Amino acid sequence: MTIYSIIFYILALLILVSTGLAITRRNLVHAVIYLVFSFFGSALLFYLFGAPLLAVLEVIIYAGAIMILFLFIIMMVKVETSEERMFPLNQWLPAAVIGLLYLAIGALLVSSAPGKDIPLEMALTHPKEFGQYLFQRHWLSIEIVSLLLLIALIGALHLGRRKREEKIEEKP
Amino acid sequence: MDWIIGIIVLIVKLGLVLVGLLLLAAYLVWVERKFLARLQIRYGPNRAGKFGLLQPIADALKLMVKEDTVPEAADRILFLLAPAVVATSALLMFAVVPFGSHLTLWGKKIPLVITDLNVGLLYVFALSSLGVYGVALGGWASNSKYSLLGGIRGAAQMISYELALGLSLVPIVMHAGSFSIVDIVNAQAKYPFILLQPFAFVIFIVSAMAESKRIPFDLPEAENELGAGYHTEYSGMRFGLFFLGEYVHMQVLGAFVAVFFLGGWRGPLLPAPVWLFIKIILVALIMIWIRGTLPRLRYDQLMAVGWKVLIPAALLNIMVTGAILLI
Repeated sequence: MTIYSIIFYILALLILVSTGLAITRRNLVHAVIYLVFSFFGSALLFYLFGAPLLAVLEVIIYAGAIMILFLFIIMMVKVETSEERMFPLNQWLPAAVIGLLYLAIGALLVSSAPGKDIPLEMALTHPKEFGQYLFQRHWLSIEIVSLLLLIALIGALHLGRRKREEKIEEKP
Repeated sequence: MDWIIGIIVLIVKLGLVLVGLLLLAAYLVWVERKFLARLQIRYGPNRAGKFGLLQPIADALKLMVKEDTVPEAADRILFLLAPAVVATSALLMFAVVPFGSHLTLWGKKIPLVITDLNVGLLYVFALSSLGVYGVALGGWASNSKYSLLGGIRGAAQMISYELALGLSLVPIVMHAGSFSIVDIVNAQAKYPFILLQPFAFVIFIVSAMAESKRIPFDLPEAENELGAGYHTEYSGMRFGLFFLGEYVHMQVLGAFVAVFFLGGWRGPLLPAPVWLFIKIILVALIMIWIRGTLPRLRYDQLMAVGWKVLIPAALLNIMVTGAILLI
Protein backbone atom coordinates (compact mmCIF):
# COMPACT_ATOMS: atom_id res chain seq x y z
CA MET A 1 0.00 0.00 0.00
CA THR A 2 1.60 3.23 -1.14
CA ILE A 3 1.07 6.62 0.44
CA TYR A 4 -1.23 7.50 -2.47
CA SER A 5 -3.63 4.68 -1.76
CA ILE A 6 -3.68 5.62 1.93
CA ILE A 7 -4.59 9.20 0.98
CA PHE A 8 -7.19 7.84 -1.43
CA TYR A 9 -8.96 5.82 1.25
CA ILE A 10 -8.89 8.72 3.72
CA LEU A 11 -10.44 11.00 1.08
CA ALA A 12 -13.00 8.39 0.11
CA LEU A 13 -14.04 8.04 3.74
CA LEU A 14 -14.28 11.84 4.08
CA ILE A 15 -16.47 12.09 0.98
CA LEU A 16 -18.76 9.24 2.02
CA VAL A 17 -19.20 10.46 5.59
CA SER A 18 -19.79 14.10 4.66
CA THR A 19 -22.22 13.20 1.88
CA GLY A 20 -24.07 10.90 4.26
CA LEU A 21 -24.29 13.68 6.83
CA ALA A 22 -25.40 16.14 4.14
CA ILE A 23 -28.48 14.09 3.23
CA THR A 24 -29.47 13.30 6.81
CA ARG A 25 -29.11 16.68 8.57
CA ARG A 26 -32.36 18.50 9.36
CA ASN A 27 -30.62 21.88 9.59
CA LEU A 28 -30.33 23.03 5.98
CA VAL A 29 -27.27 25.24 6.49
CA HIS A 30 -25.40 22.36 8.13
CA ALA A 31 -26.39 20.08 5.25
CA VAL A 32 -24.97 22.59 2.76
CA ILE A 33 -21.72 22.82 4.71
CA TYR A 34 -21.33 19.03 4.73
CA LEU A 35 -21.96 18.98 0.99
CA VAL A 36 -19.22 21.59 0.56
CA PHE A 37 -16.87 19.31 2.49
CA SER A 38 -17.84 16.48 0.16
CA PHE A 39 -17.04 18.61 -2.91
CA PHE A 40 -13.77 19.56 -1.31
CA GLY A 41 -12.95 15.88 -0.88
CA SER A 42 -13.73 15.15 -4.53
CA ALA A 43 -11.54 18.08 -5.57
CA LEU A 44 -8.64 16.65 -3.59
CA LEU A 45 -9.33 13.27 -5.16
CA PHE A 46 -9.06 14.82 -8.63
CA TYR A 47 -5.80 16.43 -7.58
CA LEU A 48 -4.51 13.10 -6.33
CA PHE A 49 -5.32 11.54 -9.72
CA GLY A 50 -3.19 14.17 -11.46
CA ALA A 51 -5.96 16.46 -12.71
CA PRO A 52 -5.35 19.79 -10.97
CA LEU A 53 -7.53 21.68 -13.45
CA LEU A 54 -10.59 19.56 -12.64
CA ALA A 55 -9.82 19.85 -8.93
CA VAL A 56 -9.76 23.63 -9.06
CA LEU A 57 -12.86 23.84 -11.27
CA GLU A 58 -14.71 21.59 -8.82
CA VAL A 59 -13.95 24.02 -6.00
CA ILE A 60 -14.69 27.17 -8.02
CA ILE A 61 -17.94 26.01 -9.60
CA TYR A 62 -19.50 23.61 -7.10
CA ALA A 63 -18.14 24.66 -3.72
CA GLY A 64 -17.60 28.31 -4.59
CA ALA A 65 -20.60 29.24 -6.73
CA ILE A 66 -23.45 26.75 -6.64
CA MET A 67 -23.30 26.01 -2.93
CA ILE A 68 -23.05 29.72 -2.13
CA LEU A 69 -26.25 30.22 -4.10
CA PHE A 70 -27.89 27.41 -2.09
CA LEU A 71 -26.76 29.08 1.11
CA PHE A 72 -27.94 32.44 -0.17
CA ILE A 73 -31.45 31.14 -0.87
CA ILE A 74 -31.63 29.36 2.50
CA MET A 75 -30.56 32.52 4.31
CA MET A 76 -32.97 34.69 2.31
CA VAL A 77 -36.15 32.67 2.76
CA LYS A 78 -35.32 31.51 6.32
CA VAL A 79 -36.55 27.93 6.07
CA GLU A 80 -37.51 26.49 9.45
CA THR A 81 -35.91 23.13 10.12
CA SER A 82 -38.40 20.56 8.88
CA GLU A 83 -40.05 18.36 11.47
CA GLU A 84 -39.30 14.66 11.81
CA ARG A 85 -41.40 12.58 9.46
CA MET A 86 -41.08 9.51 7.30
CA PHE A 87 -41.31 10.00 3.60
CA PRO A 88 -44.46 8.47 2.11
CA LEU A 89 -44.04 5.00 0.63
CA ASN A 90 -44.73 6.05 -2.94
CA GLN A 91 -41.65 8.28 -2.77
CA TRP A 92 -39.47 5.55 -1.32
CA LEU A 93 -40.22 3.08 -4.12
CA PRO A 94 -38.79 4.96 -7.13
CA ALA A 95 -35.77 6.02 -5.08
CA ALA A 96 -35.08 2.42 -4.10
CA VAL A 97 -35.58 1.13 -7.68
CA ILE A 98 -33.25 3.74 -9.18
CA GLY A 99 -30.69 3.21 -6.43
CA LEU A 100 -30.63 -0.55 -6.99
CA LEU A 101 -30.40 -0.09 -10.76
CA TYR A 102 -27.46 2.27 -10.29
CA LEU A 103 -25.78 -0.21 -7.95
CA ALA A 104 -26.25 -3.06 -10.45
CA ILE A 105 -24.86 -1.04 -13.37
CA GLY A 106 -21.92 0.06 -11.25
CA ALA A 107 -21.13 -3.51 -10.20
CA LEU A 108 -21.43 -4.66 -13.82
CA LEU A 109 -19.05 -1.96 -15.03
CA VAL A 110 -16.49 -2.67 -12.35
CA SER A 111 -16.54 -6.43 -12.88
CA SER A 112 -16.54 -6.42 -16.69
CA ALA A 113 -14.15 -3.54 -17.47
CA PRO A 114 -11.29 -4.73 -19.66
CA GLY A 115 -7.85 -4.25 -18.16
CA LYS A 116 -9.23 -3.69 -14.69
CA ASP A 117 -6.23 -5.46 -13.16
CA ILE A 118 -3.65 -3.24 -14.84
CA PRO A 119 -2.88 -0.25 -12.62
CA LEU A 120 -2.78 3.04 -14.49
CA GLU A 121 0.51 4.83 -14.63
CA MET A 122 0.96 7.99 -12.59
CA ALA A 123 0.42 11.01 -14.80
CA LEU A 124 -0.21 14.72 -14.51
CA THR A 125 -2.33 16.56 -17.05
CA HIS A 126 -1.47 20.06 -18.09
CA PRO A 127 -4.49 22.36 -18.50
CA LYS A 128 -3.47 23.06 -22.12
CA GLU A 129 -3.53 19.39 -23.12
CA PHE A 130 -6.79 18.87 -21.30
CA GLY A 131 -8.37 21.79 -23.15
CA GLN A 132 -7.11 20.61 -26.53
CA TYR A 133 -8.40 17.09 -25.91
CA LEU A 134 -11.79 18.40 -24.82
CA PHE A 135 -12.29 20.87 -27.65
CA GLN A 136 -10.88 18.67 -30.43
CA ARG A 137 -12.68 15.44 -29.62
CA HIS A 138 -15.78 16.50 -27.75
CA TRP A 139 -16.66 19.87 -29.21
CA LEU A 140 -20.17 18.77 -30.14
CA SER A 141 -21.07 17.79 -26.58
CA ILE A 142 -19.67 21.07 -25.29
CA GLU A 143 -21.79 23.00 -27.76
CA ILE A 144 -24.88 21.03 -26.75
CA VAL A 145 -24.24 21.66 -23.07
CA SER A 146 -23.66 25.37 -23.61
CA LEU A 147 -26.88 25.59 -25.63
CA LEU A 148 -28.69 23.95 -22.73
CA LEU A 149 -27.25 26.51 -20.32
CA LEU A 150 -28.28 29.32 -22.67
CA ILE A 151 -31.84 27.97 -22.75
CA ALA A 152 -31.90 27.82 -18.94
CA LEU A 153 -30.62 31.39 -18.79
CA ILE A 154 -33.28 32.69 -21.18
CA GLY A 155 -35.94 30.73 -19.29
CA ALA A 156 -34.89 32.26 -15.97
CA LEU A 157 -34.90 35.71 -17.53
CA HIS A 158 -38.40 35.13 -18.96
CA LEU A 159 -39.79 33.97 -15.60
CA GLY A 160 -38.21 36.92 -13.81
CA ARG A 161 -39.51 39.47 -16.28
CA ARG A 162 -43.06 38.13 -16.30
CA LYS A 163 -43.27 38.47 -12.54
CA ARG A 164 -42.02 42.03 -12.65
CA GLU A 165 -44.53 43.05 -15.34
CA GLU A 166 -47.39 41.57 -13.30
CA LYS A 167 -46.26 43.56 -10.30
CA ILE A 168 -46.20 46.78 -12.29
CA GLU A 169 -49.72 46.11 -13.56
CA GLU A 170 -51.02 45.48 -10.06
CA LYS A 171 -49.83 48.78 -8.67
CA PRO A 172 -52.28 51.34 -10.12
CA MET B 1 18.39 13.02 2.39
CA ASP B 2 17.18 15.23 -0.43
CA TRP B 3 13.58 15.18 0.63
CA ILE B 4 14.44 16.21 4.18
CA ILE B 5 16.25 19.28 2.83
CA GLY B 6 13.25 19.91 0.59
CA ILE B 7 10.87 19.86 3.55
CA ILE B 8 13.14 22.11 5.62
CA VAL B 9 13.37 24.63 2.76
CA LEU B 10 9.59 24.52 2.34
CA ILE B 11 8.96 25.10 6.05
CA VAL B 12 11.44 27.99 6.13
CA LYS B 13 9.72 29.56 3.11
CA LEU B 14 6.27 29.11 4.66
CA GLY B 15 7.47 30.61 7.96
CA LEU B 16 9.04 33.63 6.29
CA VAL B 17 5.99 34.36 4.15
CA LEU B 18 3.59 33.92 7.08
CA VAL B 19 5.57 36.17 9.43
CA GLY B 20 6.02 38.76 6.68
CA LEU B 21 2.31 38.75 5.84
CA LEU B 22 1.18 39.09 9.46
CA LEU B 23 3.64 41.89 10.20
CA LEU B 24 2.73 43.73 7.04
CA ALA B 25 -0.99 43.30 7.81
CA ALA B 26 -0.47 44.82 11.27
CA TYR B 27 1.46 47.78 9.85
CA LEU B 28 -0.98 48.26 6.97
CA VAL B 29 -3.56 49.00 9.64
CA TRP B 30 -1.20 51.67 11.01
CA VAL B 31 -0.53 53.05 7.50
CA GLU B 32 -4.24 53.15 6.76
CA ARG B 33 -5.08 54.96 10.01
CA LYS B 34 -2.26 57.47 9.57
CA PHE B 35 -2.87 58.15 5.88
CA LEU B 36 -6.64 58.32 6.27
CA ALA B 37 -6.18 60.72 9.17
CA ARG B 38 -3.99 62.94 7.01
CA LEU B 39 -6.62 62.91 4.25
CA GLN B 40 -9.19 64.03 6.82
CA ILE B 41 -6.82 66.62 8.37
CA ARG B 42 -6.31 64.76 11.67
CA TYR B 43 -3.21 63.26 13.29
CA GLY B 44 -4.22 59.61 13.58
CA PRO B 45 -2.67 57.36 16.25
CA ASN B 46 0.32 59.13 17.84
CA ARG B 47 0.41 57.98 21.49
CA ALA B 48 1.95 54.48 21.48
CA GLY B 49 5.60 54.92 20.56
CA LYS B 50 7.11 57.39 18.11
CA PHE B 51 4.52 58.36 15.42
CA GLY B 52 2.22 55.77 17.00
CA LEU B 53 4.44 53.02 15.59
CA LEU B 54 3.65 50.65 18.47
CA GLN B 55 -0.11 51.05 17.95
CA PRO B 56 -0.52 47.79 15.92
CA ILE B 57 1.18 45.82 18.70
CA ALA B 58 -1.03 47.44 21.33
CA ASP B 59 -4.10 46.65 19.20
CA ALA B 60 -3.08 43.03 18.73
CA LEU B 61 -2.49 42.60 22.49
CA LYS B 62 -5.85 44.16 23.27
CA LEU B 63 -7.68 41.90 20.81
CA MET B 64 -5.99 38.78 22.19
CA VAL B 65 -6.75 39.38 25.86
CA LYS B 66 -10.34 40.50 25.30
CA GLU B 67 -13.13 38.11 26.22
CA ASP B 68 -14.30 35.95 23.35
CA THR B 69 -18.10 36.01 23.59
CA VAL B 70 -20.57 33.81 21.74
CA PRO B 71 -24.21 34.97 21.57
CA GLU B 72 -26.59 32.56 23.28
CA ALA B 73 -28.77 32.04 20.20
CA ALA B 74 -25.83 31.59 17.84
CA ASP B 75 -24.98 28.40 15.98
CA ARG B 76 -21.92 27.77 18.13
CA ILE B 77 -19.61 25.70 15.90
CA LEU B 78 -20.19 27.70 12.71
CA PHE B 79 -19.91 30.95 14.68
CA LEU B 80 -16.51 29.90 15.99
CA LEU B 81 -15.25 28.64 12.62
CA ALA B 82 -16.31 31.46 10.29
CA PRO B 83 -13.51 33.97 11.12
CA ALA B 84 -10.88 31.28 10.57
CA VAL B 85 -12.25 30.63 7.06
CA VAL B 86 -11.83 34.30 6.13
CA ALA B 87 -8.27 34.57 7.48
CA THR B 88 -7.04 31.21 6.16
CA SER B 89 -8.40 31.60 2.65
CA ALA B 90 -6.70 34.99 2.37
CA LEU B 91 -3.37 33.72 3.73
CA LEU B 92 -3.33 30.62 1.53
CA MET B 93 -3.54 32.66 -1.66
CA PHE B 94 0.07 33.74 -1.17
CA ALA B 95 1.23 30.18 -1.81
CA VAL B 96 1.43 30.83 -5.57
CA VAL B 97 2.88 34.37 -5.55
CA PRO B 98 6.50 34.37 -6.82
CA PHE B 99 8.85 36.66 -4.87
CA GLY B 100 11.72 36.41 -7.36
CA SER B 101 13.15 33.95 -9.86
CA HIS B 102 15.38 31.71 -7.72
CA LEU B 103 18.07 31.71 -5.10
CA THR B 104 21.26 29.64 -5.35
CA LEU B 105 22.32 28.23 -1.97
CA TRP B 106 25.18 25.68 -1.73
CA GLY B 107 24.89 24.92 -5.42
CA LYS B 108 21.15 24.20 -5.23
CA LYS B 109 18.49 26.25 -6.99
CA ILE B 110 15.70 27.31 -4.66
CA PRO B 111 12.74 28.87 -6.49
CA LEU B 112 11.40 31.91 -4.65
CA VAL B 113 7.80 30.74 -4.65
CA ILE B 114 6.09 28.33 -2.26
CA THR B 115 4.52 26.27 -5.03
CA ASP B 116 4.27 26.78 -8.78
CA LEU B 117 0.91 25.14 -9.57
CA ASN B 118 0.13 24.87 -13.27
CA VAL B 119 -3.37 26.11 -12.40
CA GLY B 120 -2.12 28.85 -10.06
CA LEU B 121 -4.49 31.53 -11.26
CA LEU B 122 -7.53 29.29 -10.83
CA TYR B 123 -6.28 28.25 -7.39
CA VAL B 124 -6.47 31.91 -6.36
CA PHE B 125 -10.07 32.08 -7.58
CA ALA B 126 -10.96 28.88 -5.78
CA LEU B 127 -9.69 30.31 -2.50
CA SER B 128 -11.31 33.67 -3.03
CA SER B 129 -14.65 31.97 -3.67
CA LEU B 130 -14.23 29.97 -0.45
CA GLY B 131 -13.67 33.21 1.47
CA VAL B 132 -17.36 33.99 0.84
CA TYR B 133 -18.29 31.20 3.27
CA GLY B 134 -16.64 33.02 6.15
CA VAL B 135 -18.75 36.12 5.53
CA ALA B 136 -22.02 34.33 4.78
CA LEU B 137 -21.75 31.81 7.62
CA GLY B 138 -20.46 34.37 10.11
CA GLY B 139 -23.53 36.46 9.34
CA TRP B 140 -25.93 33.54 9.53
CA ALA B 141 -24.49 31.86 12.63
CA SER B 142 -24.63 35.07 14.72
CA ASN B 143 -28.45 34.85 14.64
CA SER B 144 -28.88 38.61 14.52
CA LYS B 145 -30.69 40.50 11.80
CA TYR B 146 -27.86 42.95 11.16
CA SER B 147 -25.35 40.15 10.81
CA LEU B 148 -27.68 38.16 8.57
CA LEU B 149 -28.26 41.13 6.27
CA GLY B 150 -24.53 41.75 6.14
CA GLY B 151 -23.87 38.10 5.33
CA ILE B 152 -26.48 38.02 2.57
CA ARG B 153 -25.15 41.22 1.06
CA GLY B 154 -21.60 39.89 1.27
CA ALA B 155 -22.49 36.63 -0.47
CA ALA B 156 -24.42 38.38 -3.26
CA GLN B 157 -21.73 40.99 -3.81
CA MET B 158 -18.84 38.56 -3.82
CA ILE B 159 -20.36 36.05 -6.25
CA SER B 160 -21.40 38.87 -8.61
CA TYR B 161 -17.98 40.45 -8.73
CA GLU B 162 -16.12 37.14 -8.89
CA LEU B 163 -17.41 36.74 -12.47
CA ALA B 164 -16.02 40.09 -13.58
CA LEU B 165 -12.80 39.37 -11.73
CA GLY B 166 -12.34 36.04 -13.50
CA LEU B 167 -13.32 37.34 -16.93
CA SER B 168 -10.99 40.35 -16.66
CA LEU B 169 -8.02 38.00 -16.30
CA VAL B 170 -8.82 35.80 -19.32
CA PRO B 171 -6.92 38.14 -21.72
CA ILE B 172 -3.88 37.92 -19.41
CA VAL B 173 -3.98 34.13 -19.65
CA MET B 174 -4.36 34.44 -23.44
CA HIS B 175 -1.22 36.59 -23.65
CA ALA B 176 0.83 34.44 -21.29
CA GLY B 177 -0.50 31.13 -22.63
CA SER B 178 -0.54 29.62 -19.14
CA PHE B 179 -2.43 29.58 -15.83
CA SER B 180 0.81 29.36 -13.87
CA ILE B 181 1.62 32.58 -12.02
CA VAL B 182 5.36 32.06 -12.55
CA ASP B 183 4.80 31.81 -16.33
CA ILE B 184 2.59 34.91 -16.27
CA VAL B 185 5.36 36.91 -14.58
CA ASN B 186 7.94 35.55 -17.02
CA ALA B 187 5.76 36.54 -19.97
CA GLN B 188 6.09 40.15 -18.80
CA ALA B 189 9.89 40.17 -19.14
CA LYS B 190 9.77 42.82 -21.89
CA TYR B 191 6.85 45.01 -20.82
CA PRO B 192 4.20 44.74 -18.11
CA PHE B 193 0.69 43.70 -19.17
CA ILE B 194 -0.83 46.99 -18.00
CA LEU B 195 0.37 48.49 -21.29
CA LEU B 196 -1.30 45.73 -23.32
CA GLN B 197 -4.47 45.47 -21.26
CA PRO B 198 -5.41 48.79 -19.65
CA PHE B 199 -9.15 47.93 -19.72
CA ALA B 200 -8.58 44.58 -18.07
CA PHE B 201 -6.56 46.41 -15.41
CA VAL B 202 -9.43 48.78 -14.60
CA ILE B 203 -12.01 45.98 -14.51
CA PHE B 204 -9.74 43.84 -12.36
CA ILE B 205 -8.99 46.52 -9.81
CA VAL B 206 -12.63 47.62 -9.44
CA SER B 207 -13.93 44.10 -9.02
CA ALA B 208 -11.06 43.13 -6.75
CA MET B 209 -11.90 46.05 -4.47
CA ALA B 210 -15.49 44.85 -4.41
CA GLU B 211 -14.24 41.35 -3.55
CA SER B 212 -12.30 42.68 -0.59
CA LYS B 213 -15.37 44.63 0.63
CA ARG B 214 -13.70 47.99 1.04
CA ILE B 215 -15.23 51.43 0.61
CA PRO B 216 -16.89 52.23 -1.83
CA PHE B 217 -18.04 48.59 -1.83
CA ASP B 218 -18.34 48.00 1.93
CA LEU B 219 -22.09 47.28 1.95
CA PRO B 220 -21.73 44.00 3.91
CA GLU B 221 -20.45 45.99 6.90
CA ALA B 222 -22.11 49.35 6.27
CA GLU B 223 -21.74 50.90 9.73
CA ASN B 224 -24.59 53.37 9.61
CA GLU B 225 -27.18 50.80 8.50
CA LEU B 226 -26.06 47.45 9.88
CA GLY B 227 -23.97 48.07 12.98
CA ALA B 228 -20.91 46.32 11.66
CA GLY B 229 -22.64 43.88 9.29
CA TYR B 230 -21.57 40.27 9.38
CA HIS B 231 -19.12 40.72 12.27
CA THR B 232 -21.42 42.72 14.57
CA GLU B 233 -21.58 39.92 17.15
CA TYR B 234 -17.88 39.08 17.19
CA SER B 235 -15.42 40.17 19.84
CA GLY B 236 -11.79 39.70 20.77
CA MET B 237 -9.48 37.79 18.47
CA ARG B 238 -12.32 36.34 16.39
CA PHE B 239 -13.14 39.85 15.28
CA GLY B 240 -9.37 40.26 14.92
CA LEU B 241 -9.32 37.37 12.44
CA PHE B 242 -11.94 39.06 10.25
CA PHE B 243 -9.84 42.19 10.45
CA LEU B 244 -6.65 40.29 9.66
CA GLY B 245 -8.38 38.65 6.70
CA GLU B 246 -9.30 42.07 5.34
CA TYR B 247 -5.76 43.42 5.56
CA VAL B 248 -4.18 40.24 4.19
CA HIS B 249 -6.70 40.57 1.37
CA MET B 250 -5.36 44.06 0.68
CA GLN B 251 -1.86 42.59 0.33
CA VAL B 252 -3.17 39.76 -1.82
CA LEU B 253 -4.82 42.32 -4.05
CA GLY B 254 -1.60 44.34 -4.26
CA ALA B 255 0.42 41.23 -5.00
CA PHE B 256 -1.93 40.10 -7.77
CA VAL B 257 -2.17 43.53 -9.37
CA ALA B 258 1.65 43.44 -9.38
CA VAL B 259 1.82 39.89 -10.73
CA PHE B 260 -0.81 40.21 -13.44
CA PHE B 261 -0.29 43.78 -14.60
CA LEU B 262 2.89 45.36 -13.25
CA GLY B 263 5.45 42.66 -14.03
CA GLY B 264 5.52 40.96 -10.61
CA TRP B 265 8.94 41.06 -8.98
CA ARG B 266 10.63 42.56 -12.05
CA GLY B 267 12.29 45.98 -11.77
CA PRO B 268 15.68 47.60 -12.15
CA LEU B 269 18.48 47.83 -9.54
CA LEU B 270 16.68 46.71 -6.36
CA PRO B 271 16.36 42.99 -5.49
CA ALA B 272 13.20 41.21 -6.63
CA PRO B 273 11.27 40.84 -3.32
CA VAL B 274 11.77 44.56 -2.64
CA TRP B 275 10.12 45.42 -5.95
CA LEU B 276 7.17 43.21 -5.17
CA PHE B 277 6.91 44.85 -1.73
CA ILE B 278 6.98 48.36 -3.27
CA LYS B 279 4.22 47.44 -5.73
CA ILE B 280 2.06 45.91 -2.98
CA ILE B 281 2.42 49.05 -0.83
CA LEU B 282 1.67 51.27 -3.82
CA VAL B 283 -1.60 49.46 -4.57
CA ALA B 284 -2.53 49.50 -0.86
CA LEU B 285 -1.93 53.26 -0.65
CA ILE B 286 -4.10 53.86 -3.72
CA MET B 287 -6.87 51.78 -2.12
CA ILE B 288 -6.67 53.82 1.09
CA TRP B 289 -6.76 57.00 -0.97
CA ILE B 290 -9.91 55.76 -2.75
CA ARG B 291 -11.42 54.96 0.66
CA GLY B 292 -10.73 58.52 1.78
CA THR B 293 -12.28 59.97 -1.38
CA LEU B 294 -15.40 58.08 -2.40
CA PRO B 295 -18.72 57.55 -0.58
CA ARG B 296 -20.40 54.13 -0.40
CA LEU B 297 -22.42 52.92 -3.38
CA ARG B 298 -26.13 52.16 -3.06
CA TYR B 299 -27.03 48.47 -3.26
CA ASP B 300 -28.74 48.66 -6.66
CA GLN B 301 -25.86 50.75 -8.02
CA LEU B 302 -23.43 48.10 -6.82
CA MET B 303 -25.29 45.32 -8.62
CA ALA B 304 -25.77 47.45 -11.74
CA VAL B 305 -22.06 48.26 -11.96
CA GLY B 306 -21.14 44.60 -11.57
CA TRP B 307 -23.61 42.99 -13.95
CA LYS B 308 -24.33 45.69 -16.51
CA VAL B 309 -20.96 47.42 -16.84
CA LEU B 310 -18.04 45.28 -15.70
CA ILE B 311 -19.11 41.85 -17.00
CA PRO B 312 -20.08 43.04 -20.54
CA ALA B 313 -16.91 45.14 -20.71
CA ALA B 314 -14.80 42.15 -19.66
CA LEU B 315 -16.49 39.90 -22.26
CA LEU B 316 -15.93 42.49 -24.97
CA ASN B 317 -12.32 42.81 -23.92
CA ILE B 318 -11.86 39.03 -24.27
CA MET B 319 -13.35 39.06 -27.79
CA VAL B 320 -11.22 41.98 -28.94
CA THR B 321 -8.06 40.45 -27.46
CA GLY B 322 -8.86 37.12 -29.11
CA ALA B 323 -9.38 38.79 -32.48
CA ILE B 324 -6.11 40.72 -32.20
CA LEU B 325 -4.17 37.63 -31.13
CA LEU B 326 -5.56 35.67 -34.10
CA ILE B 327 -4.59 38.36 -36.59
